[in-house]
Amino acid sequence: MTTLSAKDKEVVKAFWAKVSGKGEQIGTDAVARMLTVYPQTKTYFSHWKDQSPSSPSVRKHGITVMAGVGDAVTKIDDLKGGLLSLSELHAFTLRVDPANFKILSHNIMVVMAIMFPKDFTPEVHVAMDKFLAAVSLALAEKYR
Amino acid sequence: MVEWTDFERATIQDIFSKMDYEVVGPAALSRCLIVYPWTQRYFGSFGNLYNAAAIMGNPNVAKHGTIILHGLERGVKNMDNMKEVYAELSVLHSEKLHVDPDNFKLLSDCLTIVVAAQLGKAFTGEVQAAFQKFMAVVVSSLGRQYH
Repeated sequence: MTTLSAKDKEVVKAFWAKVSGKGEQIGTDAVARMLTVYPQTKTYFSHWKDQSPSSPSVRKHGITVMAGVGDAVTKIDDLKGGLLSLSELHAFTLRVDPANFKILSHNIMVVMAIMFPKDFTPEVHVAMDKFLAAVSLALAEKYR
Repeated sequence: MVEWTDFERATIQDIFSKMDYEVVGPAALSRCLIVYPWTQRYFGSFGNLYNAAAIMGNPNVAKHGTIILHGLERGVKNMDNMKEVYAELSVLHSEKLHVDPDNFKLLSDCLTIVVAAQLGKAFTGEVQAAFQKFMAVVVSSLGRQYH
């Protein structure tokens, strides 16, 4: 949609500094919630023996996703360039429909609201929403 | 007709019975106006919406947020009948207020975030699913009379 302003980047970096210590927990809960609240997303994980929220596969994937988000924060000045190889992975190998990026982004923010209710203010919410949308766009860059 | 499980019914009744409409309503509406600023187009008469602080302190926003929650309560009290319950409100939003129905989803997402922050760990994946299903039915019912 839009580019991130200097203020957006500042807010995202500051909030990420506060919450990155709990990155694994955020990621695990966000993926678990996504599979529960949007069951159609389970179609991408039919190769997992255990798709339940407490499964080790969910935790491992949550950690992977959040590591990617953390990496994106460090590349916030050039998401398209910085996330190029991840985009190629999602485009040619994983082929995740980009609508699902929005779904996962929503669940990441729900978890942030739960775990950091005082810090996830409306200002942080809008910056994070824009950031995750920009990350999603960068991930879809190589699709077609 | 929408099928509701016992868990879903109980969850929705529980969430709304414990909710302070005068806190959650204003929080959700002001968050929507801040996170999705284009929604401010419908509130030209509300006065100062210039920045987040102004929005969060605006008494018209607060009043309207509470009204919205009371509107949601109608659905909570008539979960088996929501299409009919919201028919008149749907006509109002379409014919008189001219609200793009996409905006209902935006407000719904902000309300989900506010409720999540309030309930904390109690807002489990299953509770979130029930809440979002309820909101999806409200949103769909409100959009039904548009033509």
